[in-house]
Amino acid sequence: MAGVEAEVGVEKGGFMKWIDDRFPFTETMKAHATEYYASKNFNIWYVFGVLAMVVLVMQVFTGIFLTMNYKPSAMEAFASVEYIMRDVEWGWLIRYMHSTGASFIFIVVYLHMFRGLLYGSYQKPRELIWVIGMMIFFVLFASAFSGYLLPWGQMSYWGAQVIISLFGAIPGIGEAIVEIIRGDYSISDITLNRFFALHVIALPLALVALVFVHIVALHHVGSNNPDGIEIKDHKGPDGVPLDGVAFHPYHTSKDLVYIILFLIVFSFVVFFAPDMGGYFLEHANFEPANMKATPEHIAPVWYFTPFYAILRAVPDKLWGAAMMAAAVLLPVFLPWLDRSRVRSIRYRGWIYKLALTLFAISFLTLGWLGMQPVEAIYVLMARIFSAIYFGFFLLMPYYTALDKTKPVPDRVVYHG
Amino acid sequence: MAASIVAAGAYASSDDDELEPAGNDIDNIQSLQRGARNFINYCSGCHSAEYVRFNTIARDLELTEDQLEKNLMFNAEKSLDTMVASMSGESAEKWFGRQPPDLSLRARAKGTDYVYNLLRSFYLDPSSPTGVDNLVLPGTSMPNVLWELQGYQKAVFVDEPVAGQEGVTRRVFEKFEPVSEGTVSAEEYDGFVRDTVNFLEYIAEPERSVRRKVGVWVIFFLIFFLIIAAMLKNQIWKDVT
Repeated sequence: MAGVEAEVGVEKGGFMKWIDDRFPFTETMKAHATEYYASKNFNIWYVFGVLAMVVLVMQVFTGIFLTMNYKPSAMEAFASVEYIMRDVEWGWLIRYMHSTGASFIFIVVYLHMFRGLLYGSYQKPRELIWVIGMMIFFVLFASAFSGYLLPWGQMSYWGAQVIISLFGAIPGIGEAIVEIIRGDYSISDITLNRFFALHVIALPLALVALVFVHIVALHHVGSNNPDGIEIKDHKGPDGVPLDGVAFHPYHTSKDLVYIILFLIVFSFVVFFAPDMGGYFLEHANFEPANMKATPEHIAPVWYFTPFYAILRAVPDKLWGAAMMAAAVLLPVFLPWLDRSRVRSIRYRGWIYKLALTLFAISFLTLGWLGMQPVEAIYVLMARIFSAIYFGFFLLMPYYTALDKTKPVPDRVVYHG
Repeated sequence: MAASIVAAGAYASSDDDELEPAGNDIDNIQSLQRGARNFINYCSGCHSAEYVRFNTIARDLELTEDQLEKNLMFNAEKSLDTMVASMSGESAEKWFGRQPPDLSLRARAKGTDYVYNLLRSFYLDPSSPTGVDNLVLPGTSMPNVLWELQGYQKAVFVDEPVAGQEGVTRRVFEKFEPVSEGTVSAEEYDGFVRDTVNFLEYIAEPERSVRRKVGVWVIFFLIFFLIIAAMLKNQIWKDVT
């Protein structure tokens, strides 16, 4: 047996040695997979990072194939999408995967961010991972927004018209910014072309670069875990953290199970409910853009609605836009707003638990409110829940300092 | 005050939530075939379905090339042609003030129930240039193309008081009343409209039945794969305490 192994070893050693002499392949595999350790007690909240990567890869691949048949001109865009749906072999599948993927990437990313709030993943020494993650979030917003214009439907056109005009509220330079974004005096073929360039090249490149940097930063410090303790504090005689398991094959095999589970849910939507009742593919967007006919009810796609509700809660255009921007930017500062020395919600006091629960409720309610037509009762509710949303962040330095935390264990809690 | 509330078309019952369900069965091929015939005979004079090809219809509705040519292809030369309207855009602008919308995606944009109810809601209105108005689409320039089948009807409105405002009433639709008899019974007419909107629902998304069939296989495969992956994970994690 040993003889056979040695022979095979020599073969492989030859080829791998040739590669390794010229490229840090085996070294990288060890540092980032087979000898990179992460906690053994990851729960379901820890799967959303890898799922986000899976959906991103799916969006890029389906996007490439869509681009082969899509025509980015105001005259042809809508028809080219229908051509993809009807005449391109399996075009409908590619289109539905891309439209479903757009909604799912936000579901996954919002849950991924919420994990950070649950377990204090943004706390020292992971502040930079969090900030880079927020940058990914902003680029994702821009990517979704630019992508939505491309089908050139009624909602594409009018939704873009409303949101771009918000930038006009910026004093002084507002109008100039709006013209630069649009490339024209109103949304036109020129706007469509530049949004196509952004959506297909500029933003995906930025996204991939940021995701890479996000993971580099993560691997430098190592992942957090549901107990919020540093596994590197307790290492065995071989230098391996006692509570850690190698990323490959442990976390890769576990993630594979969840990835398949995710794909089952994803497939249910793609194959049986791609419209999702008008939330993933909005009814109004099955009508080509008509500059002379404003739809009765203009609302952004569901993943923007919490922030849209905050925008509409404020009666003034400039202040509404400013509050909306603040709502998106405020989470960046979490590492510095959180004064607790305890990371995980498992060991925090009741104040933080209450605050986080209220925040989650307010985010979901604001999301629902953002879809409703403007009515007095909804505006009032939006103001109340916006106050809760902002309160979660702005009052955090106070309530996290006051919160009575529980003692944090030494080693992770793992129930095989 | 009351008069100003009765603006043309401002009736209380053109709400989406009051639409009667169409009750069509998208998997019923015979219904779709009848709907295709109805569409060609009554709709395609003015409305195009510019993304729909005749040979796609033949494939999905199980029609032969011969049946296609004899019954459906009056405007087209080749079966791979798309469904164009007989009336030109310029003529439409001149005669009706606008081009009739393309119907390829209408059922998806507005809903099948909307179209079903629209085709049953024409009523006599002497003040309109076409002699009719429509409850679901007030002020429409579309004439009542199906009048021969349905017969003419008139709409009965009542003045209802507005809650919280004294002495103010608004016009509310109560019911339709038949004025002349159509060539088919009311039930047959509903069936005719149902078949037609069934066809419209089909052309809005021709690949629907394929997508559902493929989906079943995909999910079965993924479930099988899930079991294998779970077994692999448990094997690898066996020694973790």
